[in-house]
Amino acid sequence: MTAKITSTDVLVIGGGLAGERCAIEAAAAGHDVLILSLVPPRRSHSCAAQGGMQAALGNCVKAEGDNPDVHYLDTVRGSDWGADQAVSRIFADNAPIAVRELAHFGVPWTRVKGGKNHYFIKGERVEIEEALENDGLIMHRDFGGTAKWRACYAGAGTGHSALFAVDAEVVRLGVTVRDRAEAVELIHDGTRCYGAVSRCLRTGEHSAILAKATVIATGGHGRIYGQYTTNATINEGMGAAIALNTGVVPLGNMEAVQFHPTALSPSGILVTEGCRGDGGYLLDKDGHRFMVDAEPEKQELASRDVVSRHMAQRMFDGFGVETKFGPHLWLDVRHLGDEHLRTKLREVWEICRDFLGLDPAEELVPVRPTQHYSMGGVRVNAEGEAYSMAGLFAVGEASCWDMHGFNRLGGNSLAETIVAGMLVGRRIAATVGRGGLDVETRYASEALQKAEERAAELLGREGDGPSAYGIRDAMAEVMIRKVGIFRNGDDLGQAVAELRQLLDDCDRIVLRSRVPGMNPELTFALRIRNMVRLAHITAKGALARTESRGAHFRTDFPLRDDASWLNRTLARWTDDAAEPDISYEPVGELDVPPGHRGYGADERIEMAMPVEDYNRQVEEGQRAAGKLPTEGVL
Amino acid sequence: MSETGRRLTFEIFRFNPQDPESKPHMQSFEIDEVPYMSLFMALNEIRETLDPSLQFDFACRSAICGSCGMMVNGKPVLGCRTQTSDLPDRIRLHPLPVFKLVGDLSVDTGTWFREMAEKSEAWVHAEKAFDPEAIEDRMDDELAQQIYDSDRCIECGCCISSCGVANVNDEFAGPAGLNRIARFAMDPRDTRSDEEWFEVISNENGVFGCIGMMACHDVCPKELPLLEVYAYLRRKALSTAL
Repeated sequence: MTAKITSTDVLVIGGGLAGERCAIEAAAAGHDVLILSLVPPRRSHSCAAQGGMQAALGNCVKAEGDNPDVHYLDTVRGSDWGADQAVSRIFADNAPIAVRELAHFGVPWTRVKGGKNHYFIKGERVEIEEALENDGLIMHRDFGGTAKWRACYAGAGTGHSALFAVDAEVVRLGVTVRDRAEAVELIHDGTRCYGAVSRCLRTGEHSAILAKATVIATGGHGRIYGQYTTNATINEGMGAAIALNTGVVPLGNMEAVQFHPTALSPSGILVTEGCRGDGGYLLDKDGHRFMVDAEPEKQELASRDVVSRHMAQRMFDGFGVETKFGPHLWLDVRHLGDEHLRTKLREVWEICRDFLGLDPAEELVPVRPTQHYSMGGVRVNAEGEAYSMAGLFAVGEASCWDMHGFNRLGGNSLAETIVAGMLVGRRIAATVGRGGLDVETRYASEALQKAEERAAELLGREGDGPSAYGIRDAMAEVMIRKVGIFRNGDDLGQAVAELRQLLDDCDRIVLRSRVPGMNPELTFALRIRNMVRLAHITAKGALARTESRGAHFRTDFPLRDDASWLNRTLARWTDDAAEPDISYEPVGELDVPPGHRGYGADERIEMAMPVEDYNRQVEEGQRAAGKLPTEGVL
Repeated sequence: MSETGRRLTFEIFRFNPQDPESKPHMQSFEIDEVPYMSLFMALNEIRETLDPSLQFDFACRSAICGSCGMMVNGKPVLGCRTQTSDLPDRIRLHPLPVFKLVGDLSVDTGTWFREMAEKSEAWVHAEKAFDPEAIEDRMDDELAQQIYDSDRCIECGCCISSCGVANVNDEFAGPAGLNRIARFAMDPRDTRSDEEWFEVISNENGVFGCIGMMACHDVCPKELPLLEVYAYLRRKALSTAL
């Protein structure tokens, strides 16, 4: 049995790549670190990242001339100018260090083979001679939206290998991991965070953990789209939700939701962008490579938002393959050959065999765009500290650090986990030792009591009421139909109203099971209200944003509007408010002025003010929005 | 009538250690089969429509995270990639043996694998500290592929459950443990000496504890080359001993 109240220097909520990388930085500096994880850390969803991690090492012929400047530019263009460019810069500069450090931790990166190599590029098989002097350095593959081959990879199991290597460091350093544990409430006084209340998923018992620094690293929240996501079942966004539930901390850009072009139809299981990076095609029902017409320059390797829109449009236009599960298109990797598929894309080959019963060397793979990544999350400053809440940090997909803006490039999130984990961990390590844990214990006991009462109240409800699973399914249908790839004001207005109704339904849920222990139905019922709140904010932000930027596409406002919408959405939600409060802040200082991305639409509404004027109001605007001063540690 | 014409009967092991009233028993559930039905879909349907107290573990549902190892008609498999169409009408489900039971089909693999990693020190024992200014050390791509081949283990525990030795000897590293040891032993970035490796590998809890039944090889969902892994470890131990 766990003690009711314990304490630590650093509490990390989430045992994926970002959380663990942050944890080892703090632990290596001598601080006491505790990791809470829903699952054993090696089962975190980081393990499902397949195709690669972006870092501008420039090691192969097709990567010649690459450097962090080019990576930075690609990232800003990919974001459709929604990113905080200063953060994208920090990221691109540190990504090579992160990838090389992973080699030090043991990741078996695929290496350059000096001499003649054969690749598929834009539909043609080409022979390229790799320099012998580069033999044995980390190899790259092509990914969407990048000027150079930049993605470093280990087969199609890059996330798996990275997660195991980083978790091996966690074991080496003796960091305590409490798995099957869920953070359900933050301990705070309205301006500073002092830890969290954890619910044990073995016993159902609650306990409080006091901490000098608390890190949210719980990943994305794709499950607000129910089954229409590539995300694992554990990606329910509870880290973002408990931050939101403080009523003080804002979530940033929740309407920025990425759809990945190639999830299997109908299961939603991901197959990597590396399939197209290595030369795979997208075909319609007639076997036509429609992306060559749509994007002559980048073809299948435009950014994900652009490719997903072309695919959705192709299916609307009647060129999808109709099935009882809805339409799909084809991914064709047959020409890459059996050997390539069984080595460099081995996990894709296995997934096709296990879940579709087909051999991708012989047959076409049914795919369709599916919810994949949450650009939005806990809004933090460049050092990872949450807006309006000292001592609370967020890293990785759970955060809105904001290097991705309105569209993240493939391979950039895996790199972000390590870079942000390393840097935010360094910031925490540098400042957490400054003083004791100065907290009134009543904040801990109050939070603990609140969490216990919430569970008891749910268990005590009687009579008839909706089921948590029914609410989940209704939420999923609203999200995929009305807050999907193509959005419009009518649909979004309905979505906001329907989700508001579902939120009320959450207060009437009646459980059918009252078994002692973790009680899986209770566990999910405690989460669903949080999930509907995240969904509601997503829809409301999307309704308010009357432009199209990156993954947020409004058919009624199809242009990017840099005159009115060069900003970031912030959503706060106090306990007593019926609706969230939506406000905006400047995206950050513009080093790269807004322009054409090089793919996708070229038309847009230009900025009304000069870039210099925009930049002058950034710092003040962000401070007013709750940004805490940085410590200058990075 | 179901879409596939089959009604499936699941006989599921039930026991909730948190409930003083609960006794281990088998419970039957019937559901209609649908096309492309996996055990992930079937078990969620049972929980959501028939018995909300049923405990089981899934996360990625794409055979990558290793959460959902379970005994299906006596064989350890990943539930998410097991299709009901490959199974008879009556499907018996038990939790994986060897691991501590959490409840029903859910077992504690996390603690077991963490202890295994600690005992075998399953991390790169690097000679020097990481230098953020330096480019990466070179590695031959073929060697990288070999390491990757062993690194692919997802620690689902299916091999441990199938292993006659692991079922009776808590200290045995087990197939996944031996594979993990081999993965670091073949990695030149790990600077442990042959003598140090000998200590880890060459005792009754290491590779010489294996009695060669090789069920592990048959059940591994990632098709790891376990035969080659054991041969490699034996060779390494013998060459040090000689």
